Amino acid sequence: MIRTKELAFDYIRRDEEGNVESVTRALDDININVKQGDFVAILGANGSGKSTLAKHLNAILMPTEGEVWVNGIKTTDEDNLLEIRKNAGMVFQNPDNQIILTVVEEDVGFGPENLGVPTKEIWERVEKVLKSVGMLEFRKDSPNKLSGGQKQRVAIAGIMAMKPKCIILDEPTAMLDPVGRKEVIATARELNKKEGVTVILITHYMEEVTGADVVFVMDSGKVVMTGTPRQIFSRVDQLKQFRLDVPQVTALAHDLRKKGVPLPEGILTPEEFEEAFTRACDARGGAI
Amino acid sequence: MIRDITLGQYYPENSIIHRLDPRVKIVGTLVYLVSLFLFKSFWGYIPTMIFLFSCIHLSKVPFKHIVKGLKAVVMLLMFTLICNIIFTRGEVPLFEWKFIRIYPEGLRTAGFMGIRLTLLITGSSLMTFTTTPTQLTDGLERLFAPLKLFKVPVHEVAMMMSIALRFIPVLLEETDKIMKAQQARGADFEEGNIFQRAKAMVPILVPLFISSFRRAGDLAMAMEVRCYHGGEGRTRMKPLKYKGRDFIAYGVQLLYLAALILVRIFLG
Repeated sequence: MIRTKELAFDYIRRDEEGNVESVTRALDDININVKQGDFVAILGANGSGKSTLAKHLNAILMPTEGEVWVNGIKTTDEDNLLEIRKNAGMVFQNPDNQIILTVVEEDVGFGPENLGVPTKEIWERVEKVLKSVGMLEFRKDSPNKLSGGQKQRVAIAGIMAMKPKCIILDEPTAMLDPVGRKEVIATARELNKKEGVTVILITHYMEEVTGADVVFVMDSGKVVMTGTPRQIFSRVDQLKQFRLDVPQVTALAHDLRKKGVPLPEGILTPEEFEEAFTRACDARGGAI
Repeated sequence: MIRDITLGQYYPENSIIHRLDPRVKIVGTLVYLVSLFLFKSFWGYIPTMIFLFSCIHLSKVPFKHIVKGLKAVVMLLMFTLICNIIFTRGEVPLFEWKFIRIYPEGLRTAGFMGIRLTLLITGSSLMTFTTTPTQLTDGLERLFAPLKLFKVPVHEVAMMMSIALRFIPVLLEETDKIMKAQQARGADFEEGNIFQRAKAMVPILVPLFISSFRRAGDLAMAMEVRCYHGGEGRTRMKPLKYKGRDFIAYGVQLLYLAALILVRIFLG
């Protein structure tokens, strides 16, 4: 679905005369491969290059070196720009800055309008995607009246209306409250499960990553760890090096293990922790 | 709350006027405005008033609501009236006090102008009461579409207008936030003379401008991501299509214009 080969990108800063002042390598030798239908998470601290990578996946930025392929099309192929963007939709951080029109349903219809979809089909698509993100009852409302989480769901619907094969969520929850955060992540999960859309979630909240199929950890422009969430979170100390935190239960289990409690590595949810902890207690005859 | 502000003065109602195609309403308003300047005698006000009041009646917008809208222009209206009364010269003054001389001609022009202005404002606000901003920009885009032949970027201008409308409440909220942030650090916007107060606005405007540019950049990217590439090859979710009632409305407008031309010819 999405493949990068030795992808590298330089941010070039120029002075007023256009001379190169400094070159910052934001991405360096990235090789990733995302399969159709996967839920992929990209983790990284601020400045690790994760957003820059996201912008390469739908041809907003062009690689300095290497190649990016989306659904078999190379992103540098200018003639197929719309095809690439149609297949790999993107949702940004700030919900206010990506809703373009004044009524929810009109905004969701904006993408299909640009693609030249016939009027009748636009209406069908808008209704269907608003239903799938649970915003159908707000279709006639002004986006200004919605909460952050609702706006972000409308933004996701706007992308889904273009029938993409893949959606890239670039820190979609960074500006939301905990309730909105849950709404958005649940929506993304559901789209992935029910509609089979490939989801690439870029985030620095560990809790959002636990349900992913594959996790890529990035640090200073490089992919430094790849694996399932369990594999990644088993390496708590390494994650800390990359200025990342693990979910609280995982950290707790890790610390207890260091103190000699026999718990497995890579515990992801409170339920798992409870089960493992009970087992550990039983093994020691009820006392730790 | 600032976010509750509905833009423009759209009055939601389900009437025949609301359902008319925005192009009909824009053209109708133009016809009406022109018609107000066609005649010079009071007779002309009979057909214009009949036309306006039947439109208001059909639109189901309460009359009170429309009068409320007039409040904003009361000052302008008074100014015109007073100027007309004082500065129109005639032959026999009705009233004289120092340099002020009031002639019957002055009273007549003032009355004539006063009614004309009131009707003008009521008529054009009726359009904004019954048409949403989106419909208005859509209507304008279609009406001016022929200008594309002369390379006027009609679609782009209409898109800019609708984006501006979408962002006015967002920017208002942002201004509010910035003001509060500045007040929290001791800025004073309420005291001092007009120049001092204008000067105090600078620390609000600068951050507002910067954040609008940032917003514009983000928005442009969001539009690109959704495959926006100008008006070419674009379909519409809500295309404007003339229906039977729209042609009838055009007919009514023609009749109205004809009636006023007759008034002009026979009654002056």
